[in-house]
Amino acid sequence: MHESVWQIFINAFLANNFVLAMFLGLCPFIGVSGKLETAVPMGAATTFVMLVASLCAYGLNLILGALGLEFLRLIAYIVIIASAVQLVEMVLKKYSPGLFRALGIYLPLITTNCAVLGVALFQTAREYDFAQSLMFAVGAGAGFTLAIVLMASVRERLQLSDVPSVAQGTALSLMLAGVLSLAFMGFAGLGG
Amino acid sequence: MSKTDRWDEFMEGVWRQNPIFVMVLGLCPALAVTVSAVNAISMGIATTFVLTCSCVLVSLLRKLIPKEVRIATYIVIIATFVTVVDYLIQAVSLALYDALGAFIQLIVVNCIILGRAEAHASKNSPLPALINALGMSLGFTLGLFALGAVREILGAGSLFGIALFGGSFQPWVVMVLPPGGFFVLGLWLLLFAALERRKQRKALEVAQHA
Amino acid sequence: MSSEMNVSVPLPQTTPPLVMIRALGLIAAICGLIIVSAYQGTYDAVQENKRIAVERAVFKVIPTAKSIVEYWALPDGQIEKVGAGGAAQQGAIKFYAGYDERDALAGIAAEGAAKGYADSVRILFAYDPGQQAITGFGVVSSRETPGIGDKIVTDKAFLANFPLDAKVSNDSLANEIRAVKNGSKTSPWQVDAIAGATITSRAVAKAINDTAQALVPRLATHLDKLKDKP
Repeated sequence: MHESVWQIFINAFLANNFVLAMFLGLCPFIGVSGKLETAVPMGAATTFVMLVASLCAYGLNLILGALGLEFLRLIAYIVIIASAVQLVEMVLKKYSPGLFRALGIYLPLITTNCAVLGVALFQTAREYDFAQSLMFAVGAGAGFTLAIVLMASVRERLQLSDVPSVAQGTALSLMLAGVLSLAFMGFAGLGG
Repeated sequence: MSKTDRWDEFMEGVWRQNPIFVMVLGLCPALAVTVSAVNAISMGIATTFVLTCSCVLVSLLRKLIPKEVRIATYIVIIATFVTVVDYLIQAVSLALYDALGAFIQLIVVNCIILGRAEAHASKNSPLPALINALGMSLGFTLGLFALGAVREILGAGSLFGIALFGGSFQPWVVMVLPPGGFFVLGLWLLLFAALERRKQRKALEVAQHA
Repeated sequence: MSSEMNVSVPLPQTTPPLVMIRALGLIAAICGLIIVSAYQGTYDAVQENKRIAVERAVFKVIPTAKSIVEYWALPDGQIEKVGAGGAAQQGAIKFYAGYDERDALAGIAAEGAAKGYADSVRILFAYDPGQQAITGFGVVSSRETPGIGDKIVTDKAFLANFPLDAKVSNDSLANEIRAVKNGSKTSPWQVDAIAGATITSRAVAKAINDTAQALVPRLATHLDKLKDKP
């Protein structure tokens, strides 16, 4: 089955949104969606790491496939993602201190974001070629950013409204996520 | 270490520090695979295996691991056991493997495991580490089961694949779809928050009367 | 492995690098040992499970089959047994020849996939060379909405679409297999979609069509060879 890169993008971005339809990257989605000003850099940092991880995973998979070492795939992916995050952190620190200050504290968190490993694993399982992998990573990152920004906007509004005190916190966030997820179901079939 | 201490250590993870309902960690697998009670329990068992094995190994090697590279080491150890469990599940049942999908491999980034390795296993000897890990795992499995059972009963009208209601039951399909996962977990957290609230109020009343 | 790990490690502060590398090397060795033994230990059981799963799926779409042989249909029109030396070529299509208890060809099964409502729908369909028709299909994996999209395997009217005409003309099927709106099926190669699950129905038709267009013409010249179990 051949999917065009646009189909892959739309699917990862909306129809099969990583957070709201596939349940990937929920920890930062719940944890860092309190304010818009932190949600946006978190989304940007995650997208960037996804892109790097996707490229690394694509290259690594070729090497592992050539050597017949597929059973080391998971361990190699997680090590390379952790390394990539660290590398990105060091490069940013040296060449772009401003950006580092904005994204810095989120970078270590991203290592254990399952959405990043998810991108690497899914692109392998679906046997995407280079361009498809790249578009998939961009779509997934954009989808993650969209979800976390939407969530943060709603939660900022909620702070001004009268909510039963017992429902405040994570329970309410999850309910909101449910409503958003319900809305995103309307996108299903879009990338057909 | 006395018997009651061990029991306390064990119950810590099951109840007071329940990973899902109290710490709200490891949500991705908790919501993604809990469309049925069987899937929930299988995921729980897989996570239990990884968590206990990793914690014991980390605890055994704790004096050997330089602290500068500990996180990298923990991740490698965890990834090892996840790979093992991945092959074990394929060997036991391919149907189960397909149902859990990528979430078996994603156990590796479950923050509960890394959290336990860092916060507990790296500072304790193997036996307490094992007990603590078993408690946490049981807590996680119970949490998954609570989600999976509710979603299966409402969304498919069955439990463990056995139909509970008559043929006229119209399943509440949204519960086995993604939004249902968020709703059911949200409701469970609401229930626990309400219970906690009541307990606090009771304690306050007792204190005032005294 | 250890060289990869060292990338993620910041410069040492207190532990000498040699100690660190030694510790990492040791841990990598332990982990490698565990993974390799798990892989070796489960290999046979996993392969056996995969074989059983394939057999079960094929026997479901070709009910009279009792055994199967796996083949590649190569782009140059040749067929080749799976595992008989030559690695899979670009554009090769895998198919399963099902044989009945007298070792005569009972049908041919192949996989197809197309984008459905939620994710891709992967199916296995059966082709009967005698009838020159697609006789049925089973779902390999799908995430279609329960109660709506998954009707494709239970809806009696939908299953009555089969057999679907799959005659060959030149190098492709004489008629494209495609889904049409519920109630407007006029020809034996059309799939009457389920009302309310049009996208999923269309995915089934497209999945069959995509694979059959390429596979069925390649089979035509080899039917004598496939007729009896090798």
